Amino acid sequence: MAKSEVKLLGAWPSPFVLRARIALNIKSVDYEFLEETFQPKSQLLLQSNPVYKKIPVLIHENKPICESLIIVQYVDDVWSSGGPSILPADPYDRAIARFWATYVDDKLFPAMKSIAGAKGEEERKRLIKEVEEGLALLEDAFNKITSKGNNKLFFGGDQIGYLDIAFGSLLGWLRVTEITTGVKLFDQVNTPGLANWAERFCAHAAVKDVMPHTHKLLEFAKTLMTKLAPI
Amino acid sequence: MAEDCGEVQFFGVGGSPYARRVQIALKLKGVKYTYFEEDLRNKSELLLKYNPIYKKVPVLVHNGKPLAESLVILEYIDENWNKNYAILPQHPYDKAMARFWAKFIDEKCIPTVVKAAWTIQNEEREKAIQEATEALQFIENELKRYNHKFFGGDTIGLVDIAASFIAYWLPLLEEAADLTLLTVDKFPNLHKWSQEFTNHPVVKDNLPPRNGLLGFYKARYAALK
Repeated sequence: MAKSEVKLLGAWPSPFVLRARIALNIKSVDYEFLEETFQPKSQLLLQSNPVYKKIPVLIHENKPICESLIIVQYVDDVWSSGGPSILPADPYDRAIARFWATYVDDKLFPAMKSIAGAKGEEERKRLIKEVEEGLALLEDAFNKITSKGNNKLFFGGDQIGYLDIAFGSLLGWLRVTEITTGVKLFDQVNTPGLANWAERFCAHAAVKDVMPHTHKLLEFAKTLMTKLAPI
Repeated sequence: MAEDCGEVQFFGVGGSPYARRVQIALKLKGVKYTYFEEDLRNKSELLLKYNPIYKKVPVLVHNGKPLAESLVILEYIDENWNKNYAILPQHPYDKAMARFWAKFIDEKCIPTVVKAAWTIQNEEREKAIQEATEALQFIENELKRYNHKFFGGDTIGLVDIAASFIAYWLPLLEEAADLTLLTVDKFPNLHKWSQEFTNHPVVKDNLPPRNGLLGFYKARYAALK
């Protein structure tokens, strides 16, 4: 497929954009990455995602697809023969993967994101606890899901799948959160299953070249905080 | 339907639009199930066991395996009982669009409408109504663009089922909470679609009784004022 037929509008720090990139890599799709400028938002972004005006946007055959998890499923459907299946084969396993991916977006990510802007120590502690509880649930889910099959490498089995992508895309920002809060969220003591999974995920061929380095994300976060801090 | 569905249990609440989505989907597919009506002030042991994370309805349990979150359940119903009545479109792009609008209804339409209904302070209410109007306008435009009987084309699909809140619950909220939102001049397509949807043979038998829901909303509004 010609490279120009597939475009991904995104930004390097975004975990949601990372999801789309990993999915496209798994399927060996040749695509053009367009780094969104913001300030102001580009015409392309406003036209292709008028509802949310957010990245990522996948543009395929001139048609835009928005929302990262919807993009991942679209890539899985369209380029089904390009690489291993991203969603599991069994309908129940698919539903479980979707459930946890939605949990990551609805609960885990918002809690994690809010820590930096927390008003006061109590709220900060409450949010950190929420993230810790969320990770404990995912550790439990990881153990349950991997105990079913022979392959205990990833949520998706021996290959990374939908939930690996949905959750793994947050790893960079989770590491940044550990550094800025001084709290170990993710380690051999608290989440041994996930700690090992995280290493394998980040080393995976479809992930390692597109996963942003933690120190770069940290610098980016510091710049953001400076911009947002009240004068 | 002759196909053996296995053991299907469905936990819901009569007035919940999310639970009714699952009910409509099960009926469209002809799936036999046992229904458990929950009392949300006194949740059953089974509900807490099957949905420990959110402790909410709807919950679907198929051969002992539980699922929560209505849109997740709808896709499961469609994929598992896939021999008849497609709820999601076949084409990947159409499928992506259906998922997009269903999600938009949950993230924007329903919360903004609910907020508008239950906000009493005038200025805040006006602002909430404005947000709800903007959200609904996107949905109105989608109907206008494709000009089909339903979001799913000739038959009801994922987006129609997700939008059941707009067709049935929203007008009741308008009546109970003195809210003017879905006017026919601003939303002619949504009005027409609502009529078609609520008169659909499967849908109309699977909506909660009007008076009960209206009474519940009126009491709530009176308590707020």
